Amino acid sequence: MKRARFSNAYLPIILLAPQLVIIAVFFYWPAITAMKSSFYLEDPFGFGSQFVGFDNYTRLFRSDEYMKVARFTLVFTLCVTVFSLGTALLLAVKADKIIRGAKAYRTLLMWVYAVAPPVAGLIGVMLFDQNIGAITELCAWFGYDFVLGVNYTDTAVAMIIVSVWIQIPVNFIYFLSGLQSIPKAVREAALIDNPSGFGRFWEITFPLLAPTAFFLLIINITYSLFDTFGVIDALVKNQPASNPMTLVYKVFVDGFRGTDFGGSSAQSVVLMILVLALTVFQFRFVERRIHYT
Amino acid sequence: MNKKFRLSSVFDHLILILGSLFMLLPVYLAFTTTSYDNVTIQTEGLKFWFGDKMGENFGDAMFTPGGFTGSITGSTMLMNSMILGIGFAVGKIALSMMAAYAIVYFRFRFAMLAFWAIFTTLLLPLEVRIVPSYEVVHGLGMTNNYTGLIVPLLASATGTFFFRQFFMSVPEELQEAARIDGAGPFKFFVDVLFPLSRTMIAAIFIIMFVYGWNQYLWPTLITTDESMFTLVRGIRQVLLSVVEGGEIPQFGRAMALAIIAMIPPVAIVVFFQNMFVKGLVDSDK
Repeated sequence: MKRARFSNAYLPIILLAPQLVIIAVFFYWPAITAMKSSFYLEDPFGFGSQFVGFDNYTRLFRSDEYMKVARFTLVFTLCVTVFSLGTALLLAVKADKIIRGAKAYRTLLMWVYAVAPPVAGLIGVMLFDQNIGAITELCAWFGYDFVLGVNYTDTAVAMIIVSVWIQIPVNFIYFLSGLQSIPKAVREAALIDNPSGFGRFWEITFPLLAPTAFFLLIINITYSLFDTFGVIDALVKNQPASNPMTLVYKVFVDGFRGTDFGGSSAQSVVLMILVLALTVFQFRFVERRIHYT
Repeated sequence: MNKKFRLSSVFDHLILILGSLFMLLPVYLAFTTTSYDNVTIQTEGLKFWFGDKMGENFGDAMFTPGGFTGSITGSTMLMNSMILGIGFAVGKIALSMMAAYAIVYFRFRFAMLAFWAIFTTLLLPLEVRIVPSYEVVHGLGMTNNYTGLIVPLLASATGTFFFRQFFMSVPEELQEAARIDGAGPFKFFVDVLFPLSRTMIAAIFIIMFVYGWNQYLWPTLITTDESMFTLVRGIRQVLLSVVEGGEIPQFGRAMALAIIAMIPPVAIVVFFQNMFVKGLVDSDK
């Protein structure tokens, strides 16, 4: 905190007012509404609502469909996080090592950051298309019949591939900058101690990258949960019923397509608790334990 | 030794080339698809080289009205996307600089409360509270206008957090010196802090512009009037016509629109790469 400060009674209030007003109206009000309406059962025709306590929650956790979506979300998050982090780490290590063409590779590997998820999803729909899709043809060549939007597993695989594709750039950028911030003296010392490249990576480089990796772990979990909405919306091809979807997508489907407002609010609150837990985890464990600098 | 070294370097390049191809190929195929008519694509599949219909498909995507009411063209959506991207980035920077300035440089009552009220918003992304947020904005009659599109997206602390971190790293002596010279809070901000923040502002502008431009869920809910569609929002409509239309899917036109939706954010990220990377890495820690 700063020691020297201005003391003015009104100016800070005026400076903060716009942000506080926007947050109050568009953040706190909806968040509180969600919490409140998760305890009510709303009449589908909008004639009123009835207090039902935790009914919406028990209904949610007893619903096989919700549990199926929750399981898919877990698998999806795991796959997207592992594959995008793994690929990005490999590419970053290689990009850090080479000298010739480093800048060109960096550009080629990061520009996808700016592609919107639904745009990537639309390209995915084309590549996995039944008639014309290049990936479908590749699968057919191996004797596999890939059917996007009909076969549950196929659709799930397509969702994971497209989501990983968009997420690689962010991970790559952070890993590369993490690698480049390792002091030259440390690298040279490591080179003398351990000439084998692979051993050197696991014993020296990877531990030094751990803070970046843990930070990215949280970022990737949040991304898989929330920012993949556009990808999923594109790849279910407007038929969410039989297709895999994540918890966030289900909030949207139940809240806007169905009329289960109370159930949808309960789902929102469950997600809020999930994000809260993730954040607490991040601050409690990750930020405290991983300190190498 | 030397030979082994060369071989491993070839291997490194191979991996990087494969990685680059993985990132590049999908968009390349989308691009080649824009150069064929729909029948060719449908009967012959995707192509790795260009045909001669690119002009027609892009012209179609840009200027031929489409959608249910037949009133929306690519150029209208492009304008709406620009308004959303720039409006969001500028709004975010203005709001968060003001708030961060108040938090870091002033001593006042309820400072801690304001700080926590703002930073709690980092915990809950818009997607989590999407249904009630829509209800609130709908209740306020803000659907189908730019205010309803942009302002609710500003209700998060990301920008404030970036600027707070940055202001905290500015040496305290500067403020002391400014005070001794008789500069008030306004003059200090304009003459000292703002010039120091220029690079930071540019970096955050890039990140926020891309974020705003790529918004999908919120515009999908808030804009039902086609003349308000952004490009990314319009992608949903294109998608529906591709997957549900009874006739031959118009992949050429759809991909042309996808490419148009990609160009501005990709261009800004590639051209201002160093600034963007620095902003991203510095701000998130």
